[in-house]
Amino acid sequence: MAGSAYIADADILAAAAELEGLTFLYDARSGQTHILAPPAPQILEALAGRAGDAEDILQRIGDRFDVPAEGAAHALAARLAELEAAGLVRRP
Amino acid sequence: MRHQLRLQVGPVAFRIGSEWARPIAQLRRLYAGYPEPEGACDFTVRLEAETPWWRFVRPSVAIRGDYVLPDAAPLPLVLGLLAAEMGMNLQMALGQRRFLLLHAGAVERDGRALLLTGESGAGKSTLSALLGERGWRFMGDEFALLDLDDGRLHPFPRAVSLKNEAAELFAGMAPDRFGPVLEGTPKGRIRHLRPNAAAIAAMAEPAVPALILFPRFGAGLAAAVRPVGAAELFMRLTQASTNYVALGPRGFDSLLRLCRDTPAKAIDYASSEEAVALVEQLWEAGR
Repeated sequence: MAGSAYIADADILAAAAELEGLTFLYDARSGQTHILAPPAPQILEALAGRAGDAEDILQRIGDRFDVPAEGAAHALAARLAELEAAGLVRRP
Repeated sequence: MRHQLRLQVGPVAFRIGSEWARPIAQLRRLYAGYPEPEGACDFTVRLEAETPWWRFVRPSVAIRGDYVLPDAAPLPLVLGLLAAEMGMNLQMALGQRRFLLLHAGAVERDGRALLLTGESGAGKSTLSALLGERGWRFMGDEFALLDLDDGRLHPFPRAVSLKNEAAELFAGMAPDRFGPVLEGTPKGRIRHLRPNAAAIAAMAEPAVPALILFPRFGAGLAAAVRPVGAAELFMRLTQASTNYVALGPRGFDSLLRLCRDTPAKAIDYASSEEAVALVEQLWEAGR
């Protein structure tokens, strides 16, 4: 059970920069600036312009990062809920 | 408006109108030597009677202009000069779109700017004015204007607002540089000080930001310096800016560049002499 699928705008990371390990992201839609800690930026990158559920995200991130399998899906679901509340991802 | 003054402060042109003669006469004296704007003014401030008949009965100044705060309380006429100053601040804070506005004092040396920012009462006003009399060029004590295109800092050398005991630090200055003593303002006793001639003459010359300091004053504080990283700097400066949100992506890009390129430190100090020494020491170390 991988939960709901989400998607982010293809250009969601167009105005983003990393400062000291945190990602500062300007969201052109809302005009808000978000400060994101890992793995939120990696999740956005995985969902930019292509929908996916937690399993898909793990697979996409896992291609480049060493993601621990234990509890990863649960943690990911919590991060996705936060990103949805912030308006950075939505359900397709 | 019956009485009017046009005033150029750095890149911003103001028009200040008043129903009373006195605030304008005081402003004219305080801002003696400032250039008059060549073209149209950016902002208008109007000092009006709270209600028409009160102009005579109990004169009370309402601050009006291009941008107003609906719940701003009127000030007694004796504080008319303060009302004009507050009006200019208000127009900048609410209406400025050409620059990223940072609530900070700024001084310059060798074409490089030092920014002093932090909470009210941290000493940025006093410190920037003090440095302005000790070998630095005073750029402003209230707002620093960051150019959205090239990231340089533009001066905004308004009269310095010295609160309570701070005026004593400037006792040796020429008397004609001071405005009247304003008692009983929301911030206590205030006296304005006109920046020196060098600061006024160079008001059109921007400088490259080189160091950002967050001073903190406390009588019992031990002198201390703490580095402020780029991420913390970004967060603190969004709070120190009145128009960051309104500028959208241009504000984001400008602030990002400033935070990436400019080292920042927090300093604690217990006396203004200690603060000046700390500033000089950090400035030398960063050269």
